[in-house]
Amino acid sequence: MPSVVVAGIEKRFGDTVAVDDVTLEIAQGEFLTLLGPSGCGKSTLLRIIAGLEPQTSGSVSIDGRVVDHLRPKQRDIAMVFQSYALYPHMTVSQNMALPLVMRQLTLAQRLPLIGRFLPGSRGARAAIEARVREVAAALEIDHLLGRKPGQLSGGQRQRVAVGRAMVRHPRVFLMDEPLSNLDAKLRVQMRAEIKELHRRLGITFLYVTHDQAEAMTMSDRVAVMMEGELLQVAPPKTIYAAPADMRVATFIGSPRINLLGGVVRGDGAVEVPTAVLDVAAGLSAGSTVTVGLRPESLALVEVNGRDTFRGTVRAVEHLGADLFVHAEVEGAAEPVILRADPAAHDGLAYGDAVCFAPRPGAALLFDGEGRRTGLDVPAPCGPSPALGLRLDDAAFRAAGPMTVPRPVDQWR
Amino acid sequence: MRLASLSMAGLDLRAGSVLGPARAEAVAGYGLAAPAFLLIVFLIFLPAFGVFVIAVTDWQFGARSLSFVGADNFVEMMDDATFRAAMFNTLLYVAVTVPATTMLGLGIALLIESGRSFRAFYRAAHFLPVMATLAAMAIAWEALLHPTIGLVNQLMGDLGLVRPNWLRDSALVLPTLMVIGIWQNLGLAMVLFLAGLKGIPRDLYEAADVDGADGWLDRLTTVTLPMLGPVSMFVSIIMALRAFEVFDTVRVLTQGGPGDASETLLHTLYVESFEFLRTGYGAAVTLVFLTIVVVLTLVQARVLDKRVHYT
Repeated sequence: MPSVVVAGIEKRFGDTVAVDDVTLEIAQGEFLTLLGPSGCGKSTLLRIIAGLEPQTSGSVSIDGRVVDHLRPKQRDIAMVFQSYALYPHMTVSQNMALPLVMRQLTLAQRLPLIGRFLPGSRGARAAIEARVREVAAALEIDHLLGRKPGQLSGGQRQRVAVGRAMVRHPRVFLMDEPLSNLDAKLRVQMRAEIKELHRRLGITFLYVTHDQAEAMTMSDRVAVMMEGELLQVAPPKTIYAAPADMRVATFIGSPRINLLGGVVRGDGAVEVPTAVLDVAAGLSAGSTVTVGLRPESLALVEVNGRDTFRGTVRAVEHLGADLFVHAEVEGAAEPVILRADPAAHDGLAYGDAVCFAPRPGAALLFDGEGRRTGLDVPAPCGPSPALGLRLDDAAFRAAGPMTVPRPVDQWR
Repeated sequence: MRLASLSMAGLDLRAGSVLGPARAEAVAGYGLAAPAFLLIVFLIFLPAFGVFVIAVTDWQFGARSLSFVGADNFVEMMDDATFRAAMFNTLLYVAVTVPATTMLGLGIALLIESGRSFRAFYRAAHFLPVMATLAAMAIAWEALLHPTIGLVNQLMGDLGLVRPNWLRDSALVLPTLMVIGIWQNLGLAMVLFLAGLKGIPRDLYEAADVDGADGWLDRLTTVTLPMLGPVSMFVSIIMALRAFEVFDTVRVLTQGGPGDASETLLHTLYVESFEFLRTGYGAAVTLVFLTIVVVLTLVQARVLDKRVHYT
C-alpha cells in the first residue's frame, strides 16, 4: 500500500491555478522530493497534503485512508517549516514536547500548576520528558533543552524543528524547504544528516525544495513541478539523464543543458547548426525539434565528422577539476557550453577555433511542445517504482552513457 | 544656531587635524543631541523642578510673597480626607479599568481578526470613542445618564428595573465613570492588539495545528497570548497612564461629588491649584501624582520586559 496518494489535486486562488491536476503516489518509506522553482505550487501541494490548505478538487490519502476531511493533527503527519516555526516563548524542551503534550495529556492535565497534580499527569509528563531527551540526544541537541529558540543558531533551530517533528512517530514526515535558511556549508552537512535520519526512521519523507542539489542527493525519487504542473516523477539519475520535458532538462543540471534548434532530415538524422546528429528522432522529415546536450556529453575532438560542431571559444572557465568552454556556434542562439579535461586543454584561449562532438546516444530530443521525443521514451509519470534506483530502467538505458550528477554547489 | 555651529565645528575638526577623529565625532554627537536635550530640560526637568520648589512653599496663585514651609504640605495631605478619597478612588479606578480595558480590547481584537466580514466597520466603530473629545463625550453621557429623561433610565424603566441616579449616587458614581473610561479607551487597546495580532507569523498557527494545538483555547494559549506579550505590556502601561489621568469626565459630570465619592487625584490637583488657588498644596499633590506615574512606568517596564521579549 502506498504511503501517500495524491489523486487529481487541483488548487485555485481566484483565477490563478497553483496546483494543476497533480496525481502522485509515494511508496512506504520513500524519500520523495518535490522540486521546482519558487511559485511552482510545490509548497501548496505539501500544505494540501498536510491539511493546512484545502484543495479545490481531488483527494489525498495517507496509508490507504482518505484524509480530505481531517485536520492536520488527525492526519498523523509531522512537518518541518521553512521558518522552523518554533514557539519563541517556550524552551527547546517545551517546543519538542508540545506534540506529545497535546496528544497525551487531557485539557485539565495541561493546566499550569494544577495540572501537574492531577492523577496520571506525573507519569505521562515523565514519559514525555524521557522521549524528548531521547530524541534530543539522537539529534545532539540535549545540551540545548533549557534554552529558548532566540538563543540558538540557525542550524540548532533547524534540529529542534526536526526534533519536534520526530518525537511522535508520524506516518509521514513533511519538510518545506527546511535548509533554505542555512548557510551553504551547513546546508551540505544537514543534507547528509536528513538523509541519515530518513534511513534510521524508515518512514516516508516528502521534501520540498527549489534546490536541485538537495533533490538530487537526498531523494529516492524526484517530482519536478513547474507552473502548478507535475512534469516528471523519477529517480534523480533518470531526471537528469532522461528528462521527460525540456523544462525539466533546463531546470536540472548546472551549467544548464545546451539547447539547439534542429530539423529532422530525410534520412532520420537531425540537422543542427554546423552539424548533423545521427539520432533516432522517430519524426517525419522536416519536423523541427530541439536538441538538448549536457555540457559533459560533449567532447573536444580533432577529427571533423558530420556530427562535429565547429565553434569559436568565447569564454574559458577553469574550476580546478573541470574546464568549461563556452563556444559560439554559428546559427545557435547562445554559446554552447562543454566540459573539457583541464589537463588536456589548458591552453584554450578566447578566439580559438574548436571542434566538438556529442557522445553517442547522449542527445535528448524535444518536440515543438517541449516534450521529450524519439524512440524508447517512457511515460513521464509512470507508476511508483520499487524503492531505490532501477538501473535496468529502460529510460536510463535509452539515455546512454552519462556521468553521475555531481554536486553543483560550486556554481550556485 | 548652536546646533549648526557645533556640527560645523565637528565636521571641520574631522576634516582638519587639530583634534582626533574620535573627539570630532563626540562633538558632532553632542551637537546633534543638543536640541532634544534642551527641549527636555526646558519643558520637563525645569518645570518638574519648579513644581518641587513650589511644593515646599505656601505660595498661592497670584500672591506676591511666599515662605518656605518644608514638608507641611505633605503632612497636611496625609490628614486631608479629600486627598485620601481621591487617592483611593484613583487607585480603584486604575485597578478596575486597566484589566477591563486590556482584556476587552484583546477580546474584541480577537473577534474582529477571527471574522472575515465588516472588519473595517468594527474597527472604526470601536475606535471612534478614542478619536472623540472626552469632554464633549462626557456631555453626551450626561444626557444618556440623566435620572429621569436619560435614555439609559428610560430603558431600565421599560424593563421594569430600578432607575438609579447614576451620577449622584455615591455608590454608583465611580463605577459609572469607570464604564465611561473603559468605553473610551477600549478602541485604543483594540487597535494596538490588532496590530500585535497581525505581527504573529502564520507559520506558528500552522505548526500548532500540526502539533495538535488546534482548538481555539490551545491556539490562544500556545501561540496568540504568548506572542502578544510585548503588545500587552505596552497596552497595559498606556492604559494605566491614561487611567491615572482621569479628569475630563470627573470635571464635566461630577466635579468629584457627591461628597468625595468621585474625587480623583488629577481633579483634586486642579481644584486645589486653580479653584482654591492653593498652588503650593497643589504642587505637593502633583509630586505625589508624578511619583506614582514614574514608579508605575519603571516597574511595569522592568518586570514585564523580562518576560515578554524572546529574542
